[in-house]
Amino acid sequence: MKTQSVAPRSGSPLALSVPLGIFFVGFVLVPMLLLAYVSLFEDMEMTRHGFSQYVKFLSDGFNLGILGSTLLLGLKVSILCTLLGFPLAYLYVQIPGRWQGPLMLLIVLPLLTSSVVRTFAWVVILGRQGIVNTAMANLGWIQEPVKLLYTPGAVAVALAQIELPLMVLPLITALMNCDRNLRDASLALGAGHWRTFWKITVPLSMPGLLAGGLLVFASSVSAFVTQTLVGGGQQIFMPYYMYQQAIQANNYPFAAAIAMLLLVCVLAVVVTVNALGRRNSGFVHA
Amino acid sequence: MNTLNSTSAVSVRVDGIHHRYAGSVALESISLDIEPGELVALLGPSGCGKTTLLRIVAGLVGQTRGTVRIGNDVVDAMPTNVRGAGIVFQNYALFPHMKVEANVAYGLRARGVSAGEASATARRTLDMVRMSAFGNRYPRELSGGQQQRVALARTLAVKPRVLLLDEPFAALDKNLRLDMQIEIKRIQRELGITTILVTHDQEEAMSMADRIAVMNAGRVEQFDTPEVIYDCPATLFVATFIGTANLLPGNLMARDGFYEVACEGGGALKLGQALPFSEDGRVVVAARPEHLALTTQSDITLPATVEMVLPMGPSFVYELTLSDGRTVKVTQPRIADLPRYAAGDRVGLSLRAGSPAGVFSA
Repeated sequence: MKTQSVAPRSGSPLALSVPLGIFFVGFVLVPMLLLAYVSLFEDMEMTRHGFSQYVKFLSDGFNLGILGSTLLLGLKVSILCTLLGFPLAYLYVQIPGRWQGPLMLLIVLPLLTSSVVRTFAWVVILGRQGIVNTAMANLGWIQEPVKLLYTPGAVAVALAQIELPLMVLPLITALMNCDRNLRDASLALGAGHWRTFWKITVPLSMPGLLAGGLLVFASSVSAFVTQTLVGGGQQIFMPYYMYQQAIQANNYPFAAAIAMLLLVCVLAVVVTVNALGRRNSGFVHA
Repeated sequence: MNTLNSTSAVSVRVDGIHHRYAGSVALESISLDIEPGELVALLGPSGCGKTTLLRIVAGLVGQTRGTVRIGNDVVDAMPTNVRGAGIVFQNYALFPHMKVEANVAYGLRARGVSAGEASATARRTLDMVRMSAFGNRYPRELSGGQQQRVALARTLAVKPRVLLLDEPFAALDKNLRLDMQIEIKRIQRELGITTILVTHDQEEAMSMADRIAVMNAGRVEQFDTPEVIYDCPATLFVATFIGTANLLPGNLMARDGFYEVACEGGGALKLGQALPFSEDGRVVVAARPEHLALTTQSDITLPATVEMVLPMGPSFVYELTLSDGRTVKVTQPRIADLPRYAAGDRVGLSLRAGSPAGVFSA
């Protein structure tokens, strides 16, 4: 009744979305188009139009290697987050309600601290005189400090910790939507806990798993600060490569082309995974 | 060979079950002996613990104390998946990501039956519940009644020793409910499978069950056949929960060969027997509308005034008020030689000859 009386006064409800629409056009769409436009110049002075920046990137093995290692990093972090996040989300759904509040706080805590702070924490943990090396030395496992920081593994682990909430939160939602009776029905039909987990729980939490995986992937391939600080100078990923070309080499067209290519790659992954997910998600809320 | 014929029905014995849930007592000393092939209904208001008891039998909830036996086995230490108790849930709990046939074959596959054999058995079981045409559908594409048939087939496909039904008809509309009650009763008879049915619907329990366990606040109030439960309720709760009962408080006195209850508002009721309670003192008589008769007033009747007469098909329903303002409902068969009364008539109430009436301590 209330909404009916309000609707005629404010005109079409579509009007309510105008401010957000203007914001999106002004601060998302226009910069994107500008970026695409800049990437279509052939020279650094931006005088001639052409596709040479894209040709230059795609014909050079060094550049393709950077793109490949960036996407691989996203994949590694997504897998790590799945392996760490699923047990955590499962634990959250299983424990009594009074423990869920404190656990949720622990889960979202990484989101409440700045990523620079979290990254420096990992630098401290993994450094030559860091907690891990000191502990292993004290236990007599190693004589010399092991190189942990500035390795691909360190970047993946640090990013997995930082992005973990993005995986756990959608997973918790998916698991909560899952009828408990389905698990009980599976047990009563003679299936063990593992079979029930793989045949019932995992398929039904797939939408959350895919959503979480995409969020983790998209944010870890573009996590400039963590990639750069934990990865050090030896490993170059796409975001740092962009920064280098734009700020240090002043080559804006090439930097824009790198940005466009990363954007296209991430979009391709998102669209593919979403299409896969749509085939599965029909039954979830049936 | 028809693999759906059960090998031999087993008994279920629940012995001294106590269950505490979050500090409060959910079930208290529940003992039931269920015969092989019997259909027993656990009947009670919501929150009486009937579903908890069913889940304890299935092994989905562990009891605090007491034992459950299925056949000759004590199953307390057995996890759900090896107990052989098949359960049909109130919301059916069909696996939404599997087609109907895969749902029915699921339990067989879990028991290591080959894919071909499992789907053959699944199709036979679906045939039994008249759902063979729907094997290729997803559960969400089926109506409530069809989903229930599939849920039943999925449970029966693994040939459980005991069939547990948790409010199986609650989600169905009234016409469909009756059809499914008949259908499930037919299948249960055919297979001769020991069955426990949880319900809050007394008509459902009356029409389906061989015996009914009436539960209230975590206890079994009475465990007997539907006839005995209706005619000779063991407690005041059973008398009021099952059917309609007029409650008449008064003083019980043993007379020569019979009992008399001097009612609070004046007048008396003559009882042939005063079961299950038979000591002199303050009591409540629970008399069903059809167990009371209307006569002329005398010193061994209750004086009452007719307030309303409802001619309802084969019987008349009279609403009367007693001298203390209490209302009483009486049904009289529509027989020509019984006198009929109109609103305003002053009559005497007595217990129909041979009719049971429960007498409970007040």
